[in-house]
Amino acid sequence: MVTIRIPSPLRAYTGEQAVVEVDGATIGAALEDLTVRYPELRQHLYEGQELRNFVNVFLGEEDIRFLDGLDTGLDAGDSLRIIPSIAGGRAGRERVPPLRQE
Amino acid sequence: MPVRINQDLQARIFHHLEQTWPNEGGGFLLGEVSQDAATVRECIAVENVFEAAEQYHRYAMTPQDWMRLEDEADRRGLTLLGYYHSHPDSPAIPSDYDREHALPNFVYLITEVQAGAAQEMLAWRLRTDRSRFDSETLEVVCD
Repeated sequence: MVTIRIPSPLRAYTGEQAVVEVDGATIGAALEDLTVRYPELRQHLYEGQELRNFVNVFLGEEDIRFLDGLDTGLDAGDSLRIIPSIAGGRAGRERVPPLRQE
Repeated sequence: MPVRINQDLQARIFHHLEQTWPNEGGGFLLGEVSQDAATVRECIAVENVFEAAEQYHRYAMTPQDWMRLEDEADRRGLTLLGYYHSHPDSPAIPSDYDREHALPNFVYLITEVQAGAAQEMLAWRLRTDRSRFDSETLEVVCD
């Protein structure tokens, strides 16, 4: 078993558990098992078969993009953490002249 | 579910976002969820790490910022309730870009900042099916 720490907004789909246990020999398999156990998570973590681009997964302190990604092997007792990238922005690209009010 | 924030916190957010204009600014909201409202208890400004040339219409935080603030919220018995950001010279309405990067069960406070002056703050929440944002009642209280 490995553990996965769930980001606060998605704990609604894990019965408010912050940390859940799953099975998997790789990170990809562990995340698949997570979405089998908690199916409502899937649409927020995946787009099709790919992780959404704002979903980051850490093994310990390491972003899995700097390891072997979803193919990274896991040992029993490893700890994963899902962290969303926060991003936002207004519609349109036009730049409004900066006329700061005094 | 209404979102409740006191006047002082709202004023702090407005001040921060006026300082970051003409670029976007933002930060996290820590608070509590009860039966009748999501109440903001603290707002924490977080650096915009989006590419500098694009910050006039884009905002991003690092995953490490999320980790740090979520740990702090959990330690203090609070919830990472949501985040705030500005739309410089643009309405406080979520864009498609906002929706693509959003999560449900999270409060999105968007502030329109026109020519360096905060105009309007609106509260939004993503639908569970990710199809759109719904407007939430924002209660600004004096306590």
